[in-house]
Amino acid sequence: MRVRIVGAGPAGLYLAVLLKKADPSHDVEVVERNLPDATFGWGVVFSEGTLGELRDADPETHVEITDTFARWPTVDIRYRGRLLRSRGHAFSAIGRRRLLQIMQRRALGLGVGLRFETEVSDVNGLAAEADLLVGADGVNSLVRRTYAAEFGEQVAPQGCKYVWFGTDLVLDAFTFIFKRTDAGIVQVHAYPFDERTSTWIVECPETTWRGLGFDAMNEGESLAACEALFADELRGHHLLSNRSLWTSFPLVRNDTWHRPGIVLLGDAAHTAHFSIGSGTKLAMEDAIALSQALVRHPRDIERALLDYELERQPVIERFQQAAGESAAYFTRVERYAHMDPMPFAFNLLTRSGRVTHANLAQRDPQFVRVLDAWFPGGGLLEPGAVAPPPLFAPWKAGAVELRNRVVRASAEPDRLPALARSGAGLVVAGPVAVTLDARISPDTPTLDDDASAAAWAALVDDVHAARAAAAVSLTHAGRRGSTRPPTHGADVPLRDGGWPLVAPSPIAYAPRMPVPRAMDAGDMARVGQAFAAAARRAAGAGFDMLEVDMGHGYLLASFLSPASNRREDEYGGELVGRLRFPLEVLDAVRQGWPEDRPLAVRLNVMDGTRRGLQLGEGIAIAGDLAEHGCGLIHVVAGQTVPEAAQADYRRGFLTPLADRVRAEARVPTLVGGYITTPDEANTLLGAGRADLCLLDVPDTDLERELVAAAGEEVAAAMAVA
Amino acid sequence: MRVGIGLPNTIPGVDGPVLVDWARRADAGPFSTLAVLDRLAYDSIEPFAALAAAAGVTKRAGLATMIAIGPLRNTALLVKQAVSVDALSGRRLTLGLAVGARLDDYETAGVEHRGRGARLSEQLATLRDGDDLGVRPNLRLLVGGMTGPAFARMARYADGYAHNGGPPRAFARAADSARAAWSDLGRPGRPVLWGQGYFALGDEEAGATYLRDYYAFTGPFAEKIAAGNLTSARAIRDFVRGYAEAGCDELILFPTVADLEQLDRLAEVVS
Ligand SMILES: Cc1cc2nc3c(=O)[nH]c(=O)nc-3n(C[C@H](O)[C@H](O)[C@H](O)COP(=O)(O)OP(=O)(O)OC[C@H]3O[C@@H](n4cnc5c(N)ncnc54)[C@H](O)[C@@H]3O)c2cc1C
Repeated sequence: MRVRIVGAGPAGLYLAVLLKKADPSHDVEVVERNLPDATFGWGVVFSEGTLGELRDADPETHVEITDTFARWPTVDIRYRGRLLRSRGHAFSAIGRRRLLQIMQRRALGLGVGLRFETEVSDVNGLAAEADLLVGADGVNSLVRRTYAAEFGEQVAPQGCKYVWFGTDLVLDAFTFIFKRTDAGIVQVHAYPFDERTSTWIVECPETTWRGLGFDAMNEGESLAACEALFADELRGHHLLSNRSLWTSFPLVRNDTWHRPGIVLLGDAAHTAHFSIGSGTKLAMEDAIALSQALVRHPRDIERALLDYELERQPVIERFQQAAGESAAYFTRVERYAHMDPMPFAFNLLTRSGRVTHANLAQRDPQFVRVLDAWFPGGGLLEPGAVAPPPLFAPWKAGAVELRNRVVRASAEPDRLPALARSGAGLVVAGPVAVTLDARISPDTPTLDDDASAAAWAALVDDVHAARAAAAVSLTHAGRRGSTRPPTHGADVPLRDGGWPLVAPSPIAYAPRMPVPRAMDAGDMARVGQAFAAAARRAAGAGFDMLEVDMGHGYLLASFLSPASNRREDEYGGELVGRLRFPLEVLDAVRQGWPEDRPLAVRLNVMDGTRRGLQLGEGIAIAGDLAEHGCGLIHVVAGQTVPEAAQADYRRGFLTPLADRVRAEARVPTLVGGYITTPDEANTLLGAGRADLCLLDVPDTDLERELVAAAGEEVAAAMAVA
Repeated sequence: MRVGIGLPNTIPGVDGPVLVDWARRADAGPFSTLAVLDRLAYDSIEPFAALAAAAGVTKRAGLATMIAIGPLRNTALLVKQAVSVDALSGRRLTLGLAVGARLDDYETAGVEHRGRGARLSEQLATLRDGDDLGVRPNLRLLVGGMTGPAFARMARYADGYAHNGGPPRAFARAADSARAAWSDLGRPGRPVLWGQGYFALGDEEAGATYLRDYYAFTGPFAEKIAAGNLTSARAIRDFVRGYAEAGCDELILFPTVADLEQLDRLAEVVS
């Protein structure tokens, strides 16, 4: 087989080595535009996982690579003048030049042709000479661009502006530095890679970068400016340039990585982000997968290319997801700069979703112990303290103290005591309608008279008996009312016995739903009074917390959103107008609700549609609500209109929104969004992305089995007695 | 998890007798359900017609569209067809609906492609609401699709989710989204989850050729789909196990070769 490889980076060289090794009769040549010793950048990090694969694929290079590795177990986080260390990690790094030398030598020894200082400009021409042309020509790949449409190429910048320096300061840990400047925070990612040198990447958001004047500096000037900025941390050492220029890190994706006779490898096919240090590893794993696929299908190159792609694509998708989270985190660091060092550090370590509370506890048990002990005290820490993980830390607001941060909710009142017994700190009854005509369906419970209040009081007693607190979520369905029970669907109108609907504007919610009547001043006064009366009854029934429902397109949410509120009076138009009625209701509720019990709002912070409420507005609303006495935002999104195009139902889909509300409006948040495990909850709480967590616990056959068995034992015991 | 089998209604050249024999033999076999695919601009048998034929020669197995492209059809006629198959089969129908993936089906039908999601929602609302059209109130509805609005639509109107195929981990991810949407829309319990895969036990080249042709409109993905065809007993068992692990309630295995021997071999593998 005649193989031509464009690019002598890690992907191209390693593939050449592996192909030639598998079959010396292959004619393999690598074409590289640079000199053998000229390359960009400094050292690159590897994680332990890759190394086993490298050993199996080619023991010779594996030994050489691992012999030159700088290795260390520690992450240093320099933040607000403190140094926080996390141990137990497994990093290794190598100079890019050294890595390439090892592979060049190995390739030459095996008889691979290496043609340096040769820029490929005619991809088609080269492809015509070969059975297989490999585009291993990096992030700006000419091979990819030549067939951009066929590959379905997508390239977009992600994350901050960055510059890749070296330094003669030899570090002993992976080091993050967060440096406050007048123009914003600038951060460093630094790590050692040989006995004399470390990598030192500086990055900041574009606004900060302009603010500091980096946009107007040349290579030497920006090096000098960075040296001055990090003079303390560099301790008299210098930064080194290797054509080190400021740039953005592009996210490269393709629908497919091959076409007949041509395949993309490494950065040419896909990038991750330097902040999760994985591009080199992914490039080399690509080479392994492709060489193995070619061995499996020696006479069918197309089948081999397909196999390679099928094997690698899911892996790459996971890394790109993590890379995207990580890159985005670093653009947002400014917003976390008010956080205490412990949650700040934990938020940093868990930013990409790959490290969680549970797996960090395995790597670095003392770090997690300190985090857990720090957590409930809010910064006060007794050295040597031990504490349960964040989910089981108490939460205090006013006169109410929750035993833990587990929140469970049910629309069925009868289930609340069982949820309290299941260990929740807070159980939420809801949605509960403030009047009969505020119901969603005939099944929606109400809190509209003394009889219903008495029934609620009995339930609250049961919840208290199980040592949980009880909250009620008060709603008015607005244009989503008068529907059949949720067992039958959502927003399916009642056929008989329905009631008239009200809304800010006369627009039906969903197909076949009735058109609501636009509310007038009298309607608004009545609804406000109904909320206030329900709040008084809820207080009387003993509820510990009250939540006003401004979510999911129900009445108050429909006032907030321009997609459903088209009023031209003072209750519509700009945000102040749309917010007016919901705030009036909140004020009315505040009147009827005891000062010392927390008041929460279930708030749609965005609608997920272009015509609707955007996240920036949602965060502003959260701030306004806090000023009106709301002490907790239960973050939800979507459902304002049924066909919201940006709806996203990934696991934990609301967490990023809760995080932004908490960091920017500085209001405590309650978050759900399909969080099913304690580990997910511990991670997001410990990282300060929310204060309370609504769990969605699945049925398990394990519990069914145990409960059934226990039932039988009881029955047997009773039969004996 | 139950395992059903597809009828070969979208394999070119399949005629009435083959389809009917297939249905009869499947009903006597270990399969929970007989399901059909839907494609307008392609040599195939219309899904409701195929299910009506199957209804006549079967007694036990469930019948399902996996899925039918709702918006191609006039809503009242769609409901009428579904209700008719349900009645003919003694209420064995599970109606899976989605917007479909092909533009040319819409062009052929002379139906606007834009707004297809909202139109499907209207059809679902009609099916859920439509006593006036004779829909049995507990007709089982599934909705397919991978977008946020599709998951929301599923959770709003349907009883469960119909996945469009792929390895178990792709199903697992979609299943999470389906459960998340279900809970977000305040539906009690969990959605029913249906998955699907393709198989060819013997004659795999013919199977691959069919899949390449059927999915030619997806460009490079056609090759990947063809490569995912399950061509050995072991691959099928792994696939079935993977889907069961991921919480699938009903898995439909669709043939890629319309030969009755295929059905017998699959019966052996799954029973
Ligand atoms: C700041 C930064 C930090 C990073 N840190 C890490 C890290 O810590 N860990 C990690 O694993 N990865 C890291 N990476 C990513 C890593 O550098 C890349 O993912 C990796 O180099 C990809 O290898 P490759 O062989 O695909 O491409 P490259 O290494 O880019 O090699 C491509 C080669 O092709 C040559 N070429 C391009 N066009 C032509 C042409 N037309 N003709 C001839 N030759 C051509 C180029 O000169 C180059 O030598 C980092 C990247 C950056 C930018």
